[in-house]
Amino acid sequence: MSEAAPVLEMRGISKRFPGVQALSAVDFRLLPGEVHAVMGQNGAGKSTLIKVLTGVHPADAGRILLEGREIRPSGPLEAQKLGISTVYQEVNLCPNLSVAENVCLGRDSSVFAIRWKELRRRAAELLAELNVHVDVTAPLASCSIAVQQMCAIARSLAARARILILDEPTSSLAEDEVQRLFTVIRRLKGQGMAILFITHFIDQTFEISDRITVLRNGLLVGEFPVSGLTRMELVTRMVGREISEGGPARAQASASPAAREAGRGPGAGVFLRASGLGRRGSVQGVDLEVRQGEALGIGGLLGSGRTETARLLFGIDRAEQGAIQIEGQRAELSSPLEAILRGIGFCPEDRKLEGIIGELSLRENLILALQAKRGVFRNLSRKRQEEIADSYVQALGIKAPDAETPIAQLSGGNQQKALIARWMATDPRMLILDEPTRGIDVAAKGEIMRQVMDLCDRGMAVVFISSEMDEVLRYSDRVAVMRDRHKVGELAARDADERTVFQIIAGGQA
Amino acid sequence: MSGPGPGEGRTAERLRGLARGRVFWPVVTLALLLAYNLATNPHFFSVTIRDGHLYGSLIDILNRASPLMIIVMGLTLVIATHGIDISVGAVVAISGAVAATLIGGQLVMSGGMQDVTRYPLPLVVIAALAVSLLFGMWNGMLVSLVGMQPIIATLILLVAGRGVAQLITSGQIITIYYSPFYFIGNGFVAGIPFSLYIVAAVFAVVALLARRTALGLFIEAVGLNPVAARFTGVRARSITFWVYAVCGLCSGIAGLIVSSNVKSADGNNAGLLFELDAILAVVLGGTSLSGGRFTLTGSLLGALVIQTLTTTIYAAGVPPEVTLVVKALVVFVVSILQSDPVRRRIAALGRAEEAAP
Repeated sequence: MSEAAPVLEMRGISKRFPGVQALSAVDFRLLPGEVHAVMGQNGAGKSTLIKVLTGVHPADAGRILLEGREIRPSGPLEAQKLGISTVYQEVNLCPNLSVAENVCLGRDSSVFAIRWKELRRRAAELLAELNVHVDVTAPLASCSIAVQQMCAIARSLAARARILILDEPTSSLAEDEVQRLFTVIRRLKGQGMAILFITHFIDQTFEISDRITVLRNGLLVGEFPVSGLTRMELVTRMVGREISEGGPARAQASASPAAREAGRGPGAGVFLRASGLGRRGSVQGVDLEVRQGEALGIGGLLGSGRTETARLLFGIDRAEQGAIQIEGQRAELSSPLEAILRGIGFCPEDRKLEGIIGELSLRENLILALQAKRGVFRNLSRKRQEEIADSYVQALGIKAPDAETPIAQLSGGNQQKALIARWMATDPRMLILDEPTRGIDVAAKGEIMRQVMDLCDRGMAVVFISSEMDEVLRYSDRVAVMRDRHKVGELAARDADERTVFQIIAGGQA
Repeated sequence: MSGPGPGEGRTAERLRGLARGRVFWPVVTLALLLAYNLATNPHFFSVTIRDGHLYGSLIDILNRASPLMIIVMGLTLVIATHGIDISVGAVVAISGAVAATLIGGQLVMSGGMQDVTRYPLPLVVIAALAVSLLFGMWNGMLVSLVGMQPIIATLILLVAGRGVAQLITSGQIITIYYSPFYFIGNGFVAGIPFSLYIVAAVFAVVALLARRTALGLFIEAVGLNPVAARFTGVRARSITFWVYAVCGLCSGIAGLIVSSNVKSADGNNAGLLFELDAILAVVLGGTSLSGGRFTLTGSLLGALVIQTLTTTIYAAGVPPEVTLVVKALVVFVVSILQSDPVRRRIAALGRAEEAAP
């Protein structure tokens, strides 16, 4: 199989966007009749590679060879004419046209008249090839996402594609729908189609693909046959460094152990218990227990469902399955405000878009959550606001000309401190931190985490999410490990090192 | 803004601080317009007392601006949430139509005009305002619950509203023959037009709500970053809903003044193009259309600028065919002067001059 001539070759592809080198000198090849997965964490360059291949972005350097001949697609349409079809995660067909129209329209050579009967027959035929039997006259929107995806694939077949790119096709599918998709992929592969499969689901990669190309930070890590690669090796290559076995800090630290023991009586002290939490397109069946005075780390690769879990716990997304209990009482969290009123705070991952309100002053940003908790009419006086702002500016060492400075003008670390202070002001029982240390300098990181750990020692529950596994281990008492939108394990930080965690992520044990 | 500078630098600094303030430019524009009027008409500022009422160009401008001043109170809040309401003129017409219909257009002559109304005046006022509030809530529902783009959501009412107004009046222009109703737009209390008391009351209520409760902060937060505001516990949806409701109510109050002024309800022409004047007033007043920081005082000044401009153009004897062109030119120049790049350049000039000696 590996002796066959590649149907597609990309050589030395480089692409720079303002501020980031998205791809540098990446090689990629695709053989006919193979499923080739491209893996990497978010920002590794997977999407950019596809976009260069389909002509959405022109490459800065490098060549694309299709069956030995150089091509320069100027856009997805031209790529399609060359036989390269793409099916995106969010199916981008026309939802209000019929299935048949979506599958076949624009494919027929006849411009002046559409032969509807013929078109419907052909669409049904193509779909039947994929083992899909639906009413082709029904509007596409009436079909499930899975069927819509099949229609997109059928459309590629109608275009006589030789290369099929599936960009995160499984992320919004249920388990049985994934299996149906895989059956189709195998059949197409048997017919000699070359399939480029992008996913961050490790299990699925090993299930369906023949070879894996790993990217990291825009660089090619390597191309590996699946048979010669263990999950652990794959994860190590995606993360990109030798996994250290350095010991955890918090679990071994003796910071006021008395206080922590007090807050953690046997069985008691559980602040929040989530059981079977799930939502379509989010996470499935997550069980978590967050205890007072304890830091629960959530580890996992990017896209494994960590942030999604946090969103469910904070009421941003409503859980479709499962239940949340807060201090033994069932809690229906349907908005962040309800979570806040129950004593939860959340520092989101995207500080700029979801955290700060840039043009408001530092003072206003600091008191906003507390004011929201109190309601519109129990206004904090200007004097009280200034007192609160001043005390937190001092306590956390926020560097700003004064509290009236728009928060957007502060450095990232100071913004993050301000966001922590925003929640501290509400006197929370539980604080969720999603990537609190990203993009801030070491000193600020240390200060922030010291403050949070201090609060934790005084009885607050902490949920700590980070991609830096050593940080998760250092700042947590227990670590829940996520993979592929499921919780796959939980361990005490004191017994764990990075290697054991990555073994769980890789699926070695659970 | 009030950083104490050393000695002589203080005045310059204070001036610059003032220039940065939102209300600075509308004040300057208004002052320039008034100065121009004074130059061309020495009696412009004179206010006389006739029959115990104040009369004069200034009073006239204030009186005529009052519907607009009331509308911009509500519209400022809407714009601060990064929304827009282009249906205010239509609601003005609806409010007038409701009032006129409830009074009934009967002229009864027996020894002079008799004051006849089908329903008592308080009921008429309450009904007109309630209907306006309902239409405001309709806008709010479309934007906050249905998630429609504000300009589209309110465009619906802009188009439909005039039809609704004519439906209410059965397609007629209803003339009102009921003098107590005239008082709203034409009456005087202690020598000052009654409509200005209404402006003051609306301003006081809205300003109290916005600045003495946390509402102002929440509105700004929603306008600047709705996601972050929601994640911080602000009820973004309900705030959006209520600002549109309030805007409808304000337009309804303005509608009563307008119909009282002209003593009739004309579904087609009452409040025509008010939405454009109102948006202009808010923007001239210093509230950005991209939402966030807002100033009610600025919007009031903006409304006064627009009314003064209109009066000035008439007074200057500009032929009626081209008044709109002249108005547009002035607005164009003012908005360019107020834009951030120009303001920055002016600020840089000031700094260079200071550094030179």
